[in-house]
Amino acid sequence: MDTMRERFASVTSRLLDEDPRLAVVLADIGVDGFAAAARRHPDRVVNVGIREQLLIGVGGGLALTGLRPIMHTFASFLVERPFEQVKLDFGHQGVGGVLVSAGASYDWPSGGFTHMAPGDVALLDTLDDWTVHVPGHPDEAEALLRHAAAAGDDRVYVRLSVQTNSAPRAVDGARFSRLREGRRGVVVAVGPLLDNVLAATEGMDVTVLYATTVRPFDGAALRAATGLADAADVVLVEPYLAGTSTRFANDALADRPHRVLGLGVGRRELRRYGQLDEHLAAHGLDPRGLRERIAGFLTSAARA
Amino acid sequence: MTNTTTETTPPVRTSDGPGTTTGRRTRFAELPGLMSLMTGDEKHGPAATSTLDALWVLYDRVLRVSPETVTDPDRDRFLLSKGHGPMAYYAVLAAKGFFPVDRLPGFGSYDSPLGHHPDRLLVPGAEIGSGSLGHGLPLAVGTALGLRAQGRTGPAVWVLIGDAELDEGSNHEALAHAGAAGLDRLHTVVIDNSSATHGWPGGIASRFEAAGWSADTVDGRDHEALHAAFGAPHPGRPRAVVARVEPKNA
Repeated sequence: MDTMRERFASVTSRLLDEDPRLAVVLADIGVDGFAAAARRHPDRVVNVGIREQLLIGVGGGLALTGLRPIMHTFASFLVERPFEQVKLDFGHQGVGGVLVSAGASYDWPSGGFTHMAPGDVALLDTLDDWTVHVPGHPDEAEALLRHAAAAGDDRVYVRLSVQTNSAPRAVDGARFSRLREGRRGVVVAVGPLLDNVLAATEGMDVTVLYATTVRPFDGAALRAATGLADAADVVLVEPYLAGTSTRFANDALADRPHRVLGLGVGRRELRRYGQLDEHLAAHGLDPRGLRERIAGFLTSAARA
Repeated sequence: MTNTTTETTPPVRTSDGPGTTTGRRTRFAELPGLMSLMTGDEKHGPAATSTLDALWVLYDRVLRVSPETVTDPDRDRFLLSKGHGPMAYYAVLAAKGFFPVDRLPGFGSYDSPLGHHPDRLLVPGAEIGSGSLGHGLPLAVGTALGLRAQGRTGPAVWVLIGDAELDEGSNHEALAHAGAAGLDRLHTVVIDNSSATHGWPGGIASRFEAAGWSADTVDGRDHEALHAAFGAPHPGRPRAVVARVEPKNA
């Protein structure tokens, strides 16, 4: 199985052949994957060098001429470093484009914190009207990338990761899907954390929702799922900063008593290298850590 | 992508208003009068007048864009990157009929489309919203690349920045790439009123030339010199014109 990034390059290269409106902008990251596409479409595969502000500005300029730009680099350099460009060169100009990141929260732990971006989705949440896709498998990444490319002039962020689930699920680019049903509460698993959530909740009487498109947040699916349970107790399990979507869950349940636990990557810099699994465990996002915290939350509800 | 501004608020001109197609041509001498209709942004006053001559020469004699062609994909693009003190810009746009002169007095008010920094979704004829420094040149590079990718070799892309705005690193990312990519439909006008804190030893033009641009420095108040510099051929290279005006703090 290829990685999400490899799939991104192969799928987007094909899309460039099919859709003359698409253009890819790179900043020296991921260039090899687009070498053949760049030969076929030298004007629509642009590598600006190690210039991330320009990466976004060029994308905005392409969009002003009617093209649909797809901009790619590591999440920390795509969203965080040129954040004001993302804000002004797309939203303020009233144009759209697709940001496709790699690296996620800690895809390369031995690379250290400079290449980690657990805050990317929370940062985009300060802006209006960005669709955010978080695929959990390369097949899902392909489907969501196709949605993103075809989404008119929408502003779309696609967050790729080396962390994946063992099997793909059907994704529609919009809604959460209900994988299990139970009465004790609702657990929302985002993208690549699904396998760990399924393992953590094995045997628990909970509903599990799977979310690969988190913005807009599918509040209707969450409301419907809480209707199955005895109480509106919700656990969000996200592969980026803990609590990133808590506000959206609260808004969806504003008219009924509810509790929300937001699990995800801790805010404190871990300052460790190592492997992905070690970071998952350190943030309590491995099956054991998740089970303990989900069970504790639901038990505390029962006591209350 | 069309300019949504003009879709929602098409340029409307009064029958006796100024403009190039209504019979009477606005003269440069009338622009200060138009600018005087805008009050409330005095802190940007020097920034406003520094651009007046270059803007006028561009819109009067160089740019192939008019109120009738603001959505034409083959129009020339002018991107005002230096969005501070846009009174000269608004005066020129009004003089050329992109919107009525009677909108100028509302400048900066709640009901006016004309803010102290321009918004492309509100101002007919404005290609970009600007104010934050260092966005226009990167957007212009992308615009030039986008036109080229669509086979539109006719339109010229112009962007106006200030000498202090050149301090922004994003501009250096853009000018380095534009030179390397040989974007010969891209043109930058740098209004140099000596406002950069540390200055540009060796001159601003040398920065562009070192990156592969064609560059010249002219008197930013001399309309013939500006016109000649704007029209100079620059095959295979982007073009920068540094327009020197009186120092901001003089």
